[in-house]
Amino acid sequence: MEGIIVLTHADDSGASLTKSSLEAVTAGLALAAQLNAPLTIGIVAVDPELAANSLASTGARVIAVSGEAFTQPRYATDAAACEALCRVAHATIVLAPGSSRFSRVAAGVAHRLNGFIDTHITAIAAQTPGVPGPAPLGTQESASPQPSIEVTRWFYRQRIEAVLSRDSRPWFLLLDAGTHTPFAAEPAAATIEQIRVELPAIRTTVTGLRAPQQGTQTIRPDAKLLFVAGAGWTKKQPDGQTHVPEAASLILGLLNSTSASLGSSKSLVDQGGEGNAVLPFLTHLNQIGQTGATPRHAKGLSTCCHGEEPHVVGWRFIAERRAVSLDPNCGWTRGKADVVYVADAFQVIAKLNALLEAGKG
Amino acid sequence: MATPLQIVVCAGIVPDPLQTLEPTTLSTGPGIKNEMTLPAVLDPWAASALYEAAALAAKNPGSKLWLVSLGPKAKLQQVMMTIAQKVPFEFVPVEGPIGGFPDAHSTAQVLAETIAALPGLDRSRLLLFGGWESATRGASVTLQLVGERLGITDQFQGVDQITLNDDSSIEVLERVEGGKHQVSICAGAPAVLGWATGNLPEPRNNPQVGMANMRTIMPALQKAKPTTLAANGLSYISVALPKQQRTTRVVKDLNPDEIAAELAAWIGAE
Repeated sequence: MEGIIVLTHADDSGASLTKSSLEAVTAGLALAAQLNAPLTIGIVAVDPELAANSLASTGARVIAVSGEAFTQPRYATDAAACEALCRVAHATIVLAPGSSRFSRVAAGVAHRLNGFIDTHITAIAAQTPGVPGPAPLGTQESASPQPSIEVTRWFYRQRIEAVLSRDSRPWFLLLDAGTHTPFAAEPAAATIEQIRVELPAIRTTVTGLRAPQQGTQTIRPDAKLLFVAGAGWTKKQPDGQTHVPEAASLILGLLNSTSASLGSSKSLVDQGGEGNAVLPFLTHLNQIGQTGATPRHAKGLSTCCHGEEPHVVGWRFIAERRAVSLDPNCGWTRGKADVVYVADAFQVIAKLNALLEAGKG
Repeated sequence: MATPLQIVVCAGIVPDPLQTLEPTTLSTGPGIKNEMTLPAVLDPWAASALYEAAALAAKNPGSKLWLVSLGPKAKLQQVMMTIAQKVPFEFVPVEGPIGGFPDAHSTAQVLAETIAALPGLDRSRLLLFGGWESATRGASVTLQLVGERLGITDQFQGVDQITLNDDSSIEVLERVEGGKHQVSICAGAPAVLGWATGNLPEPRNNPQVGMANMRTIMPALQKAKPTTLAANGLSYISVALPKQQRTTRVVKDLNPDEIAAELAAWIGAE
């Protein structure tokens, strides 16, 4: 019989679980119900009481590691914490959010427990017991009629989607953010079992966070709109000149009006390293695509970007896509966007900013 | 004061990002159609790790840089024809399968055993580099597993910058949520650093470096040990291209005012 533990961690305030942790709780509750399996929720926090209270209505066993050592996300302490929680839970399935904190340690913890891990999971399904599924690829046999768990994830940077399963246990599954609804319920007094952790020698100290952008925050994971600036913004315009300051002003104006998240193509970001005129607020952190991020937003607007495949693979999880491009044969027109406006982005965004500003007033 | 470093970079080879990929079923499980004939490149984020490692080694005389790569000999040789011209390194090839579908745990075991057996490697001084995610499996676990197998408990993923301090400590900038970097100070080697993009451009080709590297690369390829990767209970139910084709409306006859009005309504709609 399977047993499930959901590993969670507190947010920067220390009093609440992160949104991605709460999404993992939702996934854990659903899987436990499907498998009729016991559920344990493990918390890593300085003081887990408030966070645990938000989970009281789940009915799950709540265990926690706590203390000052866990204020800092770092490999040595977080791995020790997760290992201790998993050992106490004796779970066969370990669910965890694919946050930077747990992504850093989950594979190491799986190895310590002689387990296996798969990451970037976007869906989990428990096969109905007794109902054989399709034969695994590369085999002639039909699948085992035993209850099994099938998970979905992407390969080749969101270009190929696979459904896979594992017989080995414990099986760690790191869930991509945005794939489940965050668990929410009225807080109540929860019973927490505090788990003692033997800490290793600590050689790493986290000194803080650094935002590379100056002034305006340009990456907003919770934004509804992704705005992508392509290399065309810094190219020569019809008057034979580049207009980089104007481009920067228009882009920042749109970001201010819409609270959009700012993405970029690799070619525009790379221009900085090649000594060309650049938009000062763009870094590799803004890069979308094959060698960049794959953000999740409801809508995406691309400007001055050719929509080549290595960039567009980063748009996999953008639901509605529009593009403004001077090239009527750009990649976006070939089934990659819903609407492509063949127009000058400088003119369109200037008008759009004016409309959005007027709308605010 | 410059400190001699021992840097091992783990880097796989991947299909050129511009190639069209089509999944297929092989006798061993899923694969990419004609993957052996597709042009290949060094995994992009692992390549960033290699260039950062070479820059560090150049700043610290006496340093040693190994490049460990698992893949079919023919593909490794093809990719090395280009990479060898970029920066100096000692190549340590392991002959094995290509692609993102083999199990990461088996890959990590082979890489860890290969690294542990490197002649002259002082593991207390080891900086283990690689890409934080590959462009094939993209799981962000292999390097972590290699580090764990080598007993390294200072690990960093999504690294964009490191600075070596005079006391041998290392300041590390790691990507975290919200477009920020987490800044950490690590007491020093050994450490695992899974690189993101870093800050260095791709080095220009240097034929002299290429010739020096190729003198050791070809014999190393000839001696590369073949290995097989266990599935570890991993099975694939389906592997498919996403249904991504959209019906695109190409708008050529609207002026900027009309387009802006349409976009404003679209952005504002729930």
